[in-house]
Amino acid sequence: MPRLGGVATVMPVNSSEIIYLYQGNGSLEEMPSLNVKQPFFPQVVLFLNRLSQVLLGDKIAKEYPDIIAFAFFCRRAHIEHLKARYGNSLDCRLGRGVTFHIAPSNVPTIFAYSMVTALLAGNASIVRVSGKPFAQTDIICQAIVKIFDEGNFENLRERIAIVKYDHSSEITAFLSSLCDVRIIWGGNVTINEIRKIPVPSHSMELTFADRYSFCIIHTNSYLEKSNPKKVAQEFYNDTYLYDQNACSAPRLIVWVGEDADISLAKKRFWDALQNYVEERYALPSIIAVDKLMTICRCSMELEGTVNEKMPDNLISRIRVKELSKDIPAYRCAGGSFIEYNSQDLDTLAEIISREYQTMAYIGFDPAELRYWVIQNGLCGIDRIVPVGKTADFSVVWDGYDLIYSLSRICNVG
Amino acid sequence: MVEPYALDKQAKQAFLSNKLIELTKNHYVRCVEYQKILNTLQIDVDKLTSHYDIPFLPVRMFKEYDLLSIEKEAIFKKLTSSGTTGQQVSKIYLDKESAANQSKTLTKIVSSYIGTRRLPMIILDTSTILKDRANFSARGAGILGFSIFARDKIFALDEDMNLDIDGLKSFLEKYRGEDILLFGFTFMIWNHFCQLLKEDDYGIDLSKGIMIHGGGWKKLAEKAVSAEAFKKELQEVCKINRVHDYYGMVEQTGTVYMECDQGHLHASIFSDVITRRAKDFSVADIGEKGLIEVVSVLPTSYPGHALLTEDEGIILGEDDCPCGRLGKYFKITGRIQNAEIRGCSDSYASKFK
Repeated sequence: MPRLGGVATVMPVNSSEIIYLYQGNGSLEEMPSLNVKQPFFPQVVLFLNRLSQVLLGDKIAKEYPDIIAFAFFCRRAHIEHLKARYGNSLDCRLGRGVTFHIAPSNVPTIFAYSMVTALLAGNASIVRVSGKPFAQTDIICQAIVKIFDEGNFENLRERIAIVKYDHSSEITAFLSSLCDVRIIWGGNVTINEIRKIPVPSHSMELTFADRYSFCIIHTNSYLEKSNPKKVAQEFYNDTYLYDQNACSAPRLIVWVGEDADISLAKKRFWDALQNYVEERYALPSIIAVDKLMTICRCSMELEGTVNEKMPDNLISRIRVKELSKDIPAYRCAGGSFIEYNSQDLDTLAEIISREYQTMAYIGFDPAELRYWVIQNGLCGIDRIVPVGKTADFSVVWDGYDLIYSLSRICNVG
Repeated sequence: MVEPYALDKQAKQAFLSNKLIELTKNHYVRCVEYQKILNTLQIDVDKLTSHYDIPFLPVRMFKEYDLLSIEKEAIFKKLTSSGTTGQQVSKIYLDKESAANQSKTLTKIVSSYIGTRRLPMIILDTSTILKDRANFSARGAGILGFSIFARDKIFALDEDMNLDIDGLKSFLEKYRGEDILLFGFTFMIWNHFCQLLKEDDYGIDLSKGIMIHGGGWKKLAEKAVSAEAFKKELQEVCKINRVHDYYGMVEQTGTVYMECDQGHLHASIFSDVITRRAKDFSVADIGEKGLIEVVSVLPTSYPGHALLTEDEGIILGEDDCPCGRLGKYFKITGRIQNAEIRGCSDSYASKFK
């Protein structure tokens, strides 16, 4: 790419191929000339609060629990709470400039969280949303259009652009040439393809690759303290709500305890989940076939697997005799679980690789779990959250604090 | 000779269950992968009583794995499914016996529609598809399989897929007044034959033709061409009246499901179609759409005697088709909605070529 003074010159692209879901009055080329803000810039906080109000007041938006969750995330009280956690550590920080987000197609609201986090860190944002037609995308973009039409946030108007385009390396190259940070939400193939397209030499990149997540259940605690129905609902939200298709959705379940407790806990857990899923989840035919395929694959490649009998195909449970490093290879969407019985966490530590992202738990002390990760020097596990919270977005994601990562320090030496 | 449509429900059930349970036991002993799958599914092969209870493998298994119930030395032929470049293809391994049985069974089934006499045959495809004799794609296997009904044959398309009008005309001239068998793949026939004759019929008269075509409707459905439109168009461009679709797959070559003059696909006594509900794989009712399971007595060299396809269809009836053939008759409604969903979205990359 031709460069002038270290800045990539803007490649002319056929802009008619870009569909704008939101844009300011200026052109994308002008975005790099915008100034940057300090993290949690008051106008941005107010803007997000207004976004929250508009979404919560939108009848259609209310039908989407993920939009509601996003709206709650954007509320001023929540943002102030986030800010407070940083103390005065942000005083020396500024945004990096223009962030270019390539959003995933599995979780509809990620584009919005990614954008909002970049705005909060003090940046302008160009967001490429997935080509998949998600109602959530349109609802959130329309809310943004509405807020700018109200005329109260003129100085933020040019700091956001939300675009959609058919897969075009030219457009991706053009948008990449404008950015100071490129954020790519996986899968791995997408990341590898986009990485072939350069970003300006000063720019950095954050990638969120394919990850694998699991759940550990302390059977004794579950049996004594948990409400099975509530746990089923929470676990459903972690998994079936997004077809078990989010990286954070548990796929492996490790039951920790004595054999008798495990049997009892499993029965209680799966019976409750079966009831909950039956009432809500329509199983697509393709998923039924995929699940059977996964059972066959596991039978052939993992030792001593047992397909646990269930009343139907809604929940697929494959018990493994040994934990193997290959387990993440047998992921399948739509309610397919691998189960392992254990008396402690020792064997688990041996298989944790970089691919492991979220460790959901029932009945454990999260501080102890983190201590276990640190003591074992594990390359994987970036999040330890209670069951029910795996799909919650956090500004700390995949091991990055995004407010820090998307801002720079102006150091006084 | 065994009549392919002579057994009623009860007799066929007894015949098939007996054969298929025996096959299940054999594969269980001979194919270690199959044994592992049945063990995982907690199936006791000695307790099977009906072929409805035999576990079915997803057809996709044959794309990802080489599954054999014979020694490698006994492999006589390898069949592969057709697939575009980069796609995984099914690999089916046959020994001499299973290959011979496929061909014998196909003969019995198809004879019920075209008679036992061998006919002059026009293959609506190119001969280049048969170049490699040891490895056959589904298209090649189909052509070769159906070629047993020919006493003389020509390929209607040249290697660039252009219609050889002159060759076709002289062939028709030679067999004027006789029944002519035409064979090809639905989409190829539409694209390379029908569409061309639509522009200019070249005076081709196939009123004595019997066409057998298969390969599925996916591509034509994309073009919004229905089975009725397909037949009507053919009738208009070359006066052909007898057109039979067939449903079959490379994983169960031989036991094809032929379309009768009522427009129904029929299961012969050598195989069966079971529609299953996605929710729990229970057997769907007559008239209810379900996932198509196919069972066949032919796969002896590989564990493919009970397969769950990725097609959906409806059993229309059993033993009572007006055409007189016994057994189930059905229709295919389409492929199940795509999406071997990824762990995380790779839809962006899928568009990179």
